[in-house]
Amino acid sequence: MNQFLQQLINGLSIGSIYALMAVGYSLVYSIMNFSNFAHGSVIMLGAYFGFFALTLAGLPFALAFFVAALSAAGVAVLLERLAYKPLRDRHAPFLYFIITAMGASIFIDNSVIATIGPTPKTFPSELLPSFLQSGAIRIGHVDVGRIDLAMFAITVVCLVALVLFIDFTRLGKAIQATAYNMKASALMGINPGFVIILVFAIGGALAGVAGVLYGMKYQVFPQMSAITLKSFIAAVFGGLGSLPGAMLGSLLLALIETFVSGYLSTQYRDLFSFIILIAMLVIRPSGIMGKTAEDKA
Amino acid sequence: MEYIQGIAILIGINLIAVLGLSILTGFTGLFSFGHGGFMAIGAYISAIVTARLHLPFALAIIAGAVSAGLVSIFIGRLTLKLKGDYFCIATMGFGEAVRVILNNIDYVGGARGWESLPQLTSIWVVLGLDIAAVIVAWNLINSRHGRNLVAVREEELAAQMAGIDVYRHKMIALVVSAAMAGIAGALMANYIQFIRPTMFNMAKSTDLTIMVIFGGLGSISGSIVGTFLLVSLPELFRNFAQWRLVIYGLAVIVIMVGRPKGVMGGFELTPSGIRKSMAARRARLALEAEARALEREDLA
Repeated sequence: MNQFLQQLINGLSIGSIYALMAVGYSLVYSIMNFSNFAHGSVIMLGAYFGFFALTLAGLPFALAFFVAALSAAGVAVLLERLAYKPLRDRHAPFLYFIITAMGASIFIDNSVIATIGPTPKTFPSELLPSFLQSGAIRIGHVDVGRIDLAMFAITVVCLVALVLFIDFTRLGKAIQATAYNMKASALMGINPGFVIILVFAIGGALAGVAGVLYGMKYQVFPQMSAITLKSFIAAVFGGLGSLPGAMLGSLLLALIETFVSGYLSTQYRDLFSFIILIAMLVIRPSGIMGKTAEDKA
Repeated sequence: MEYIQGIAILIGINLIAVLGLSILTGFTGLFSFGHGGFMAIGAYISAIVTARLHLPFALAIIAGAVSAGLVSIFIGRLTLKLKGDYFCIATMGFGEAVRVILNNIDYVGGARGWESLPQLTSIWVVLGLDIAAVIVAWNLINSRHGRNLVAVREEELAAQMAGIDVYRHKMIALVVSAAMAGIAGALMANYIQFIRPTMFNMAKSTDLTIMVIFGGLGSISGSIVGTFLLVSLPELFRNFAQWRLVIYGLAVIVIMVGRPKGVMGGFELTPSGIRKSMAARRARLALEAEARALEREDLA
């Protein structure tokens, strides 16, 4: 029972970080209908921005988060303007978007390796707020890591804020309308270019936060962007283009992963994720919560 | 000289996989992020045949091609009904699954890799198979089957209405491309004498797809040019270490944004291809001249 609870807590903690990354994939997909594989690199850059804001610039912890979110959002928007907008203007098929995203990912990852270097960086614990410095909190017979707790709390705050923003503000409604039908909403006076920038900015900001959290729990390193593949699988699992789907898919995937590695074997954890991905695509390509995939033929 | 020959062999090996992928992507519009997985199957099966069973190399290449082809039939049954991007995500999952499975098989070295395989791939074997691959691709594309594939790519629904068995054609393209990736894997394993699952990861699959698109979708000579440039340039810039990959990423973006039809722009480097593009150029120039003449008339 204790082991079960422990795994549950681990799963929730990893799931929350997946969710923060997965909504970025889903937001972009809902508007532009392509999988933005450069999102992982934005997450990685966000982690580096946060790390340097804390260590080099000596900013306070909360401000470092803010800097990471802001600069990651900036990178995401820049990427959209420079790489995706020309493709959009040309009505290029989706595979050009994916290849461009892959190229951008290769470019960003290797730029970081070439300039900053491949060695992982660890957040110095003395620069973290005092409540994050000591070890785990013991509740009953279960250990809850302080960083895990902070991760979960920050993620919940971010995601609730996102849902409130999407559901209750004019800008959020504009995003919803554009996701539903870009042409019709453009005719109603919603500027699709602006909505796309907004979506990239939101996804980028969340990516920055996620990157710093992930870097705090583990380390900051250039290959982080490859690990974010899991959050992409979570987004597909929950239904690409659906925000609740991305969150639910992330939690489910993380729970399945932690239980597989806890009770079966760590080696087969990744295999399980990929099998889930393929099985989901075969049985229900639109995911748990996604809109039923329309025939694109 | 040996160095140049080494690069030539690498180009030749990659070319077989790229031509295979070109048949799938360039002519059906389906595009895969999992062909690294088929290469891995070819590489490991062939290595078992040569290094463990000590059977002839020719048999190893055939075994690699056949096993990759058989697996692709299974994968195709599962995924070929999926639309565009979902097919691409599913193949990505397949490629990564192959890698993770290989990581856990100790018989072939697991994640550490498998060393000291025999070196059996020579430049002549590669050259011969390259020529064969070009002939296969050329004949496939210029056959009734190839024209059906193009119809499927351009307008799937219409092709279906015209009585083309879309599923069957996609399956044939997938199996041929997987078998060619398997051959490339077999040659690779028995050339560099060392294989490791991470060599066939998503980055490898992406590389192959990038080479196809770089050269130009739906052009065999484009695939050749793309493979030649993208394999040899990083080799030549080896001194720049990490920066060559930065440039590579940038080049991909620039090509996608600036020259969407690839370096070759979809035209074939054959007498008729050149004639066709010259004719198109003449027609364009004539049109422009006419437009200028009309403009002058307007002014006057």
